[in-house]
Amino acid sequence: MQSEEWKFTAKDIAEKPDLFMSGHRACAGCAPATVMRLILKAVRGPTIVTMATGCMEVVSTIYPYTSWAVPWLHTAFENAAANASGIETAIKIMRKKGRVKDEHVDVIAIAGDGGTYDIGIQALSGAVERGHDFLFVLYDNEAYMNTGIQRSGGTPLGASTTTSPAGEVIPGKLEPKKPIADIMVAHEIPYVATAAPYYWRDLITKVRKGLEVEGPAFLHVFAPCPRGWRSDPAKSVELSRLAVETCVFPLWECINGEYQLSAPSKVIAMAPQKKKPVKEYLAVQGRFRHLFTPKYAKLVDEIQRITDQRWQKLLKKCGLA
Amino acid sequence: MKSVVEKKVLALNGDEAVAYAVKQCDVDVVAAYPITPQTIIVERFSEYVANGEVETAFVCTESEHSALTACLAASLTGARTFTASASAGLALMHEMLFVTSGCRAPVVMAIANRALSAPINIHGDHSDTMAQRDSGWIQIYAENAQEVYDSVIQAFRIAEHPEVLLPAMVCLDGFQLSHSVENVNVLPDETVKNFAGIRQFPKVLTHEGKQAPLRLDPENPMTLGPLAFPNYYFEFKRQQEEAMKKALEIIRQVHDEYAQISGRSYGDGLLDPYFLEDAEIATVCLGSTAGTVKTVVDELRAEGVKAGLLRIRAFRPLPVEDIRKALENVKAIAVMDRSMSFGGHGGAVFHEVRHALYDSGRRPFVVNYIYGLGGRDTSPMQIHAIYKDLQEIVEKNHVETPIRYVGLRE
Repeated sequence: MQSEEWKFTAKDIAEKPDLFMSGHRACAGCAPATVMRLILKAVRGPTIVTMATGCMEVVSTIYPYTSWAVPWLHTAFENAAANASGIETAIKIMRKKGRVKDEHVDVIAIAGDGGTYDIGIQALSGAVERGHDFLFVLYDNEAYMNTGIQRSGGTPLGASTTTSPAGEVIPGKLEPKKPIADIMVAHEIPYVATAAPYYWRDLITKVRKGLEVEGPAFLHVFAPCPRGWRSDPAKSVELSRLAVETCVFPLWECINGEYQLSAPSKVIAMAPQKKKPVKEYLAVQGRFRHLFTPKYAKLVDEIQRITDQRWQKLLKKCGLA
Repeated sequence: MKSVVEKKVLALNGDEAVAYAVKQCDVDVVAAYPITPQTIIVERFSEYVANGEVETAFVCTESEHSALTACLAASLTGARTFTASASAGLALMHEMLFVTSGCRAPVVMAIANRALSAPINIHGDHSDTMAQRDSGWIQIYAENAQEVYDSVIQAFRIAEHPEVLLPAMVCLDGFQLSHSVENVNVLPDETVKNFAGIRQFPKVLTHEGKQAPLRLDPENPMTLGPLAFPNYYFEFKRQQEEAMKKALEIIRQVHDEYAQISGRSYGDGLLDPYFLEDAEIATVCLGSTAGTVKTVVDELRAEGVKAGLLRIRAFRPLPVEDIRKALENVKAIAVMDRSMSFGGHGGAVFHEVRHALYDSGRRPFVVNYIYGLGGRDTSPMQIHAIYKDLQEIVEKNHVETPIRYVGLRE
């Protein structure tokens, strides 16, 4: 990793041309689309993007149109990381053989939660084990939104989806989110981080760090989906702030195995009274509506308990507990 | 044909012949996953890599799905790519086979043909590649290790031809070819390297309105693998079919050009007929079985029986017109299938050969022999029996059982 951190101002970012361009067909209030735009603001030079099947793929590349001003490849759902393996390997060997310009090319693989937690985890695990130099960005909208809000391994406990509906006897999804970023840390890769679009500067910085690091990097980005979460489309970015403030989605980095909290979460670690109750976060989303009926109210406490437990674990890893 | 280059003979099994050919073709990326009976290919190739004998990046992926994905992505980035698989591995690639041909990525893959589970069986038959015949890949079936070597070299030229741009499989029978050592005439490295050449790219119109080589290139951004709705999807598929038609011509061309440098040819590259011109009875088959059939044809010819053989070398694209012309004057034909199409009235090769003959004014009898599944041996005696059946059909002018099984407990 470069010793000096990339410094930029809001003006720099505003002036940088968009490489994820307008005209795509994302829904109103789609945080993933904002996340795409922010990711590409961090691009530092020649870059190739590859993407798993999912919302961002289908809204941005409807033939003969495209939102991508960078070379871009989609092949299937479960294999974004394998695409990245092939691209990175090809560039490396072709540079060596003089078949392409001898310059570094950054490779970014992007997938949703389905393409990362579930169907994509094998290719991802294999690609990072092989040490390919690429950044994998997970935009986590916590369900299969592209196919109509089905539960994934990234769907949180208690959320009602079309395949984990809240019913008379089952209160939505029964299992908490898979700790995907920790699973990536367990692969002992040089850079793993979490980010949320409200903290756009933090997000852009982390994308850049992920690109700068040599070897695989993994960035888990929280990306609210107003359609699937039954939330106000005007509040998607704010919702990502609330997720951080409630410690439902803490922001951290793990550089060469060393965890450290990022500023927005560190503030809460230093002043625990600032930690908001999860109830505030759950209450503004229709997918958790049933938790506010007497029948399932206990689940809110359970979600708070698991959130606190995971937060405490994280603090320990960061040497703060 | 006279050989025009120095002779070098190596004792290689079919898998080793593949690896040796790939080594000579200046491949950029090989991504693969081991599976019997293909494994020797990637083992030998990784030795070449480990010893610095090739300028190739070798990616040992965690699955066949990722192996083909990595080849596809590398190919679309501009690399010459190769992989190998068989049976369950090819089945796991199924999804990506269609994506590879749909993306027009000229990946070359060797398949050491093996039965599909269940029951699990590691031995040879054509179930794996026949199940992928509609995946948009060129399929060439080799008869022996020599042809395996020659076909792999040709495959890069065919697949990467700018008017073809389709992935290609070279199929070799598991164990019969993959593991049997034969004398293989190999060409000098330089000769093969020159023949394979450097990959050429067709120019396409980018969304920025520029003409640029079709590949992922930061200087000419291109969106590859987009979403196509009903208003465009169909045209993409039609173009693949046109490319397949073009491939018929290119397979022949490349085969002829290769014959010039090697002195070796296999019919016209698409079909390899044996004593077919005046044949009254004939078999049709793919792959190594043709070797056994040829021995039997020789014996029958010595007895004065007008027996012949049509070996189909290119099953995709299928030279339908040529098959019709080659077979329409034969009186009775036995099509040999080394796989089954359950519930489909005979095997895939049978379907296609009968289909090719439908438009002929003459209608030879065509019967189907399913044989050798799961590696079951097929003997010259059994082939003799097939020709005997054909003679009976001609005499009786009647077919009683159109679908038959060779060497099977009933």
